[in-house]
Amino acid sequence: MTRSTKAGRIALKQGATIAATFLGLVLVTFLIGRVMPLDPVTAAVGPDVSQEIYDAVKEEMGLNKPLLIQLLDYIGQVLRGDFGVSFSTNQPVIRDIARVFPATVELAAAGVLIGTLIGVPLGVLAAVKRGTAIDGAVRVVTLVGHSAPVFWKGLILLVVFYAALDWANGPGRLSVYYEGVVPTRTGLIVIDAILAREWDVMRDALGHLALPAFSLGYGAAAYIGRMTRSFMLDQLRQEYVSVARVKGLSEFRVVFTEVLPNCAVQLVTTIALTFGLLLEGAVLTETVFAWPGLGQYMTKAMFNADMNAVLGGTLVIGVIFVALNLGSDLLYRILDPRTRT
Amino acid sequence: MTDISTGAFERIRTGLPSSPGEARLAQAWRGWQLLRASPAALTGLAIILALLLVALFAPQLAPETPYGQALDRQLVPPSWDHPFGTDEFGRDVLSRVINGARYTLYIVVLVAVIAAPVGLLVGASSGYLGGWIDTLFMRITDIALAFPRLILALAFVTAFGPGLNNAIIAIALTGWPPYVRIARAEALTMRKSDYIAAVELMGASRLRIILVHVVPLCLPSLFVRMTLDMAGVILIAAGLGFLGLGAQPPAAEWGVMLSNGKEYLLSGWWVATFPGLAIFFVCMGFNLLGDGLRDILDPRHEA
Repeated sequence: MTRSTKAGRIALKQGATIAATFLGLVLVTFLIGRVMPLDPVTAAVGPDVSQEIYDAVKEEMGLNKPLLIQLLDYIGQVLRGDFGVSFSTNQPVIRDIARVFPATVELAAAGVLIGTLIGVPLGVLAAVKRGTAIDGAVRVVTLVGHSAPVFWKGLILLVVFYAALDWANGPGRLSVYYEGVVPTRTGLIVIDAILAREWDVMRDALGHLALPAFSLGYGAAAYIGRMTRSFMLDQLRQEYVSVARVKGLSEFRVVFTEVLPNCAVQLVTTIALTFGLLLEGAVLTETVFAWPGLGQYMTKAMFNADMNAVLGGTLVIGVIFVALNLGSDLLYRILDPRTRT
Repeated sequence: MTDISTGAFERIRTGLPSSPGEARLAQAWRGWQLLRASPAALTGLAIILALLLVALFAPQLAPETPYGQALDRQLVPPSWDHPFGTDEFGRDVLSRVINGARYTLYIVVLVAVIAAPVGLLVGASSGYLGGWIDTLFMRITDIALAFPRLILALAFVTAFGPGLNNAIIAIALTGWPPYVRIARAEALTMRKSDYIAAVELMGASRLRIILVHVVPLCLPSLFVRMTLDMAGVILIAAGLGFLGLGAQPPAAEWGVMLSNGKEYLLSGWWVATFPGLAIFFVCMGFNLLGDGLRDILDPRHEA
């Protein structure tokens, strides 16, 4: 009985944390919208209107109410998924975001996949060969991934693999002649093409995806590799590893059947966090590759001082980021028996 | 007492100081010995010293002014006259990269000067005072830590308006939470210590204890954290510059130069490549030094 009440208390506390964090995020975006030196009314109607029209629009936008009421209104709107109308597209921001977001998810997911497939083996290798030249080489590779700006990696990949070698396709998500060939179901073009059995379209989409996904995936691999190495080193120090070796297990089996599974929980949470980081990184990558996702949408909105669109995008990425952050923490508690006391 | 200079040096080197000043020097000497044992950290230190020197002597080091246009030599490939080539206005890329070091140093120093003291004071007070203040501050910090940094900085800059100083404020506004955590962790370990109890008995005020006795001891860990953070700060600043929200053209800021070079990728790869390399090396320097300092301060981490 005590155990279940304790679990309930923990769940309640976690729930309160999550609610407070989301509220904090909404509060910050609300405040950002208010500190803007540019008058939102002028942004909406232009500078050359009479005072009556100005006042009417101000009233309609709810900007003459007390700040606290405005905040409550804003929270209500956000909860209903209403981020206002974008000045530049004249569409509800939420509809714009629904249109462009799948492209960003596709890019970030491909980046995480590449990061995991490269990062985990590199980290395992470095931990097993600790202190050798291999460990040093992995350290250099991850250090470069950490230190090079993602948009610069993108530019170099474009020059080498698109312009010079012509191994990959250039900017955009699809070549012009394949546009509109497959029906949109998931919004992820590669998946949609597979569902429609259009293999040429799939190959073309993968050719476009490869370079931006690699420029993101390299940074992810650096982070995941570094974390994998340190998780593995923590485990390799444990007594059960010596026991397994004394039992006569091969080093390969010690690493892959004994040690690596014990890192799995930490790895899953790390990879979840990486996905959030890549959603952020995608904003910069999309500019380089003319990738029509949320990042490009937000960048365009920034130059038009289209605050509704910018804040809507910030909230969407922020909510997903926070959810992954807190979710991975929760996952860790659920999956790791040692945190249950 | 006859041979003070060598005597003092000997005492510092052997770790047997005879005055507070000597003790501090002895501490620094021990740290240097540890740092010297790590080639990676030394490399990082060398890169950062190089950044400092280049930024300091940029006008003397740069062969030309960073803004001198010469339309008769647009997009000239790297050669002996222009080791990094010239850009679309015929400006010498090497001179611009050298001057970019000043922008980077300016950004890094200002962000550190704004964000670190705030985090330090909040964290040290939170850890020393405890109770509801600690709970409140830590809740706020945890919430802020969960936010995506780059995106929030982007939103701030959009609201303030693009520009170098606004970008710096935006980065600092998103950068303080880790410093709060570090300073609080340090303050927590000392609040029950004997020497704090002794100062309390002597009747020191809470403000005095926090400022004079807690804050200085948080500094080493804070400094390590700052070094590790600087790479991230430079990357975000360059990203803002690249998107056109940070420093504005024609500023010879590395992010701005990269964004410029993006347009001439196929006709002049060198315009974007060299500022990118500069960002990369400086970030690597901060990462290497930060890792090295952390290993010295917290040997458990790598063991």
